[in-house]
Amino acid sequence: MTAFLRIEDLVVEGRPPSGIWVETVHRCSVEVHPGEVVALIGESGAGKTTVALAALGYARPGTRFRNGRVFLEGRDVLAMSIAEKRDLRGRDVAYVAQSAQASLNPSIPVGEQIAESLHLHQVAEGADATRRTIELLDLLDIPHPEMIARRYPHQTSGGQQQRIMMAMALACRPRLLVLDEPTTALDVTTQIEVLKAIKSVNRDLGTASIYVSHDLSVVAQVADRILVMNQGHVVEEGETSRILDDAREDYTRTLLGAVKPPPSPEKTVVNPTVTSGSEPVISVKHTSASYARQTLFGTIEREQYVLHDIALDVWPREVLAVVGESGSGKSTLARVMAGLHPPLPGAEITLDGDLLAGRARRRTRDQLRRIQIIFQSPDQSLNPERRVDDAIGRPLELYFGMSGSEKYDRIADLLELVGLDPDYAGRFPAELSGGERQRVSIARAFAAEPDIILCDEVLSALDTVVAARVLELMKDLRESHQVAYVFISHDLSTVASIADRVAVMYAGRIVDAGYTSDVFAPPHHPYTQLLINSVPALRQGWLEEVITSREAEAGMRSNVMLHDRPCPFRMRCPLVIAGTCDREPAPAREMARGHVVMCQHDEATLLAAQGGT
Amino acid sequence: MFKLIIRRLFLGLLTLLAITVLVFLGTEILPGDVAQAILGQSATPETVAALREKLGLNAPPWERYFTWLANILAGDLGNSLANGIPVDRIIGQRIVNTINLALYATVIALPLSLLLGLLSAAWPEGTFDRTTSSTTVFFISIPDFVIAIVLIIIFARELGWFPSVVHRPRWGDVPVALGQTFLPMLTLVLTILAHIIRMTRAAVLDVLKQPYIEMALLKGAPKSRIIIRHAIPNALGPIVNVVALNLAYLVSGVVIVEVIFTYPGLGRLMVDSVIFRDLPLIQVAALVFCGFYVALNITADVTAIMANPRLRFAK
Repeated sequence: MTAFLRIEDLVVEGRPPSGIWVETVHRCSVEVHPGEVVALIGESGAGKTTVALAALGYARPGTRFRNGRVFLEGRDVLAMSIAEKRDLRGRDVAYVAQSAQASLNPSIPVGEQIAESLHLHQVAEGADATRRTIELLDLLDIPHPEMIARRYPHQTSGGQQQRIMMAMALACRPRLLVLDEPTTALDVTTQIEVLKAIKSVNRDLGTASIYVSHDLSVVAQVADRILVMNQGHVVEEGETSRILDDAREDYTRTLLGAVKPPPSPEKTVVNPTVTSGSEPVISVKHTSASYARQTLFGTIEREQYVLHDIALDVWPREVLAVVGESGSGKSTLARVMAGLHPPLPGAEITLDGDLLAGRARRRTRDQLRRIQIIFQSPDQSLNPERRVDDAIGRPLELYFGMSGSEKYDRIADLLELVGLDPDYAGRFPAELSGGERQRVSIARAFAAEPDIILCDEVLSALDTVVAARVLELMKDLRESHQVAYVFISHDLSTVASIADRVAVMYAGRIVDAGYTSDVFAPPHHPYTQLLINSVPALRQGWLEEVITSREAEAGMRSNVMLHDRPCPFRMRCPLVIAGTCDREPAPAREMARGHVVMCQHDEATLLAAQGGT
Repeated sequence: MFKLIIRRLFLGLLTLLAITVLVFLGTEILPGDVAQAILGQSATPETVAALREKLGLNAPPWERYFTWLANILAGDLGNSLANGIPVDRIIGQRIVNTINLALYATVIALPLSLLLGLLSAAWPEGTFDRTTSSTTVFFISIPDFVIAIVLIIIFARELGWFPSVVHRPRWGDVPVALGQTFLPMLTLVLTILAHIIRMTRAAVLDVLKQPYIEMALLKGAPKSRIIIRHAIPNALGPIVNVVALNLAYLVSGVVIVEVIFTYPGLGRLMVDSVIFRDLPLIQVAALVFCGFYVALNITADVTAIMANPRLRFAK
């Protein structure tokens, strides 16, 4: 069978702003047969997207094709004129970008954006285009397509946006789809919806695809063949099952090794001694929070509760993980603890028994020192105009009054502590890689010698391999520095490998909390079960199993209730009891070893329903 | 959305109120005594005192402020101190003159600058962009009075095409009036052109870097469509703002241009009244200026809100 797309010896050059041209992709060859899904796998900067975009004859600003040819059904795409490329793009080959949120035009209703593809390629106009737009939305399982078509992107959910972009790409029935990390920015539960849509499109329409991803577990679900890329080279290529079971190259094995196993109670750290014989470092009680908005006359109107009567204790030297989907209130909880967001009156947050003020500026300097926070994106939490030694030196000056050589010696120590060369002190954040920047953030937090560090999705912005190393560093530092972490993450696998205890948040409430091994094993909250089941496994066929299961089907009816008293999870719960769950608040049920589950069902029922033993 | 707009209007009113206080304070601290200024240096202390009494200048400042504010709200702008003519009669024609000149400049400058800005953004760093960019920097760097004088030298003195002085624009005869006011108009156009071009270019270029533009390109959209349909609606906010600021300048920042061309507009009236310490005139003129600023800025804010679906439709 002849290849539908054949990229031959592609060489791409890139140029940093005002720099010189450097070769970034070296003689890459890729073949895609009709109806086939080929995955390009590798870390960021490996050149995956650059190669994939060549199928559209497109080089991003700051890159250029140096050599090689791209044949689409025998025609050389790189040699085409601008008008020929325009005809090709969106009609024969369509692109699905990583972030639908950024890639949908905020000023145009989504239906119009889909119809635009039809219009541009003279496929359909007017009422005909509208009808086909609705059909496309329907094809991708979007509820109420007529209504959604009239909405602007910000009025739709993240999972919908990603599927809307799929609909846009499919509008002219292209024979090749270029999917660029289409689920990376999504929650695991939403990821299933989108993967399901991609899978059915490939199966039902016979569309060939290039699937760019760094996530082998996801690729295992959709790809027929995998190409592993590293630093602009294709290092290995083969059938998906072959790559997964019998990787030949070291680099592929490194990637496979960095894939975390799905969370399971056996893999968790069991450290039940942490809570005994001491008082909690931080204790949070009766804590609610809302995002208020200013009204006409400057008064505050309560918008929506984002935290609902939260209670949790953090013990010295423990790792308490807070997990949940985006919007569950995890980050707000960290911000409240750090004094960055004021809780509503009635909240009690104590540090070693002393009541903490709601706002950081009313806390004492020593209280501030003892609670540090590390944010998700070091790009945003490190001042780009300040050198590394400024960033790390600031807490040393502020909390310990250090200066001169004492301070610089300490900065060098801290850099070494996080595995960076002391030479890094004089660099600017822009001169560091993402992982190095996050190490600097960690060094800055440890500079204050805190009792507790709030880690807000600190690994999410990093590549798998880099994230694994930073995680190891954080584990070591906790051992050596006797510090407690509140580890906020949506990644259950990581949580399973680091946390002593877990609190699961849903709609601003803690619905499940206890030792990691207890929370991750049945019986647990139905929501915890949904989250665990949604983590992709590194084997083929996982997706098929999960989409036919009852939990996932229920889980996709996403409709989060923030306000009311009854169980907020009832709309998605496979175990919902009509007449009870929608009327009464779920009671807190105590299970083994202080494991608390907010559910109407008792331990035995949950255990039976969740297939535990 | 309506909440947002009402909020802006309310804030606009508050701003105007604050402005009345500032204007009043400003005229309070003008050096020299009004009664003395009216009566001249030779007046006896007794006549000055009597006039002060008559003008109510002996009352405490806050009392005079509220009397003044109440009168203005009631539509009584007072009389000119210089000749006793009611302020609204003097100021009416002046406002018309200033606004007409501003409109003239707007009609020329706005389409021209938006077009040039868009073309610069469409081919950044190209020959057109570089030429436009260096020309606009050149005009931004020259103060408006220098531009005015150079224009007068070239077009009025050397070529004799247009008059350099406009005593009485004849708005009844439009072609004549446009010729009369051509040089002041051109001065204004050259002053504001650069700002709008540069802001339009920057705003559109900023939007062109967004992922949804790449998306449109990869859907097969031609460049013209990308700019008109995908970029401009998202760049409208900053563009509308700089346009409003420049239009406000056309009304209230034209003092120097009006003085140079001895144009009978509001700006020159203001200068003259300051010289004569004609307080009621100064106050009203200042209020009119500020009123235009506030009104144009509100218009800009409201337009930006209307143009942004995220503000127009809450989630």
